[in-house]
Amino acid sequence: MPDLGPHAAFIWAAYTVTFVAVAGLVGLIVQDDRRQRQLLADLERQGITRRSAKPAAKPKPVEKKTRARKAKP
Amino acid sequence: MWTLANPTRFLGLAERVIPWLAVLTFLTLGVGLYLALFVAPPDYQQGETVRIMFVHVPAAWLAMFGYTLIAIASIGSLIWRHPLADVAAKTAAPIGATFTFLALVTGSLWGKPMWGTYWVWDARLTSMLVLFLLYLGLIALWQSIEEPGRAGRAAAILALVGFVNVPIIKFSVDWWNTLHQPASILRTGGPTIDPSLLTPLFVMAVGFTLLFVLLHLIAMRAEILRRRVHALRQVHVERAAAA
Repeated sequence: MPDLGPHAAFIWAAYTVTFVAVAGLVGLIVQDDRRQRQLLADLERQGITRRSAKPAAKPKPVEKKTRARKAKP
Repeated sequence: MWTLANPTRFLGLAERVIPWLAVLTFLTLGVGLYLALFVAPPDYQQGETVRIMFVHVPAAWLAMFGYTLIAIASIGSLIWRHPLADVAAKTAAPIGATFTFLALVTGSLWGKPMWGTYWVWDARLTSMLVLFLLYLGLIALWQSIEEPGRAGRAAAILALVGFVNVPIIKFSVDWWNTLHQPASILRTGGPTIDPSLLTPLFVMAVGFTLLFVLLHLIAMRAEILRRRVHALRQVHVERAAAA
């Protein structure tokens, strides 16, 4: 780290304010993102889903393969 | 471009891009800070205070970039009524406001040792303060109207009217006699800054821009999810009332 001279306090203050403001912004945005994901997951767990959302995969009934018999003349 | 304008597709893309972008942002800012604090020489006039420029200038650029982004998204919101344009405009405002705040504060901290004052009411500084107030106005407008569509349209009109301030900020140093120095990087004839100072500034500007894009993507994802949660709750209430 070079000697920042007589104005070191101003330089440190500028970098500290920048760090604090950016860290605060990152924290708020990331926290909000996590909160919304959690809320959506809770609602989906309760079975409240969007109309357009695909329903949970249900086991398909096993279909028997049958060949159509030719009708006798 | 239009396929990405689908919120579900956007969420898928954001999920894939955000981790890589976070790593790239972290690395670029790390290199930028190293160059800015340890490698860049003192300026022949400003001395060591030139190091404040490495955070001040990118913050000021992104303050204007953020508002330009909001204005473009507002056009999309007003003309096509696209919800993703609305989301992009709304989520860019707090990020842009933070960078504007940083440009003002770091500029003041540079101004005191260099100009002998923290603040002067010259055209560049005043128009930046107006930009900050515009950001705050947009945030307040979005917070005060509950219905996102109505809030988005009102905010889009305010954003487009306020966009007139962006060219005023850029050209204020040419149009008026300001204490703030004229453009020394984005000017016809090329930058007037020595490469030893221009390189750290460029790396820091790229790092700050990546940080803006990263935070904007995360905030947009959160806003889309918030609207889904709101819609699901409404559906739930309607179903409960109908039952």
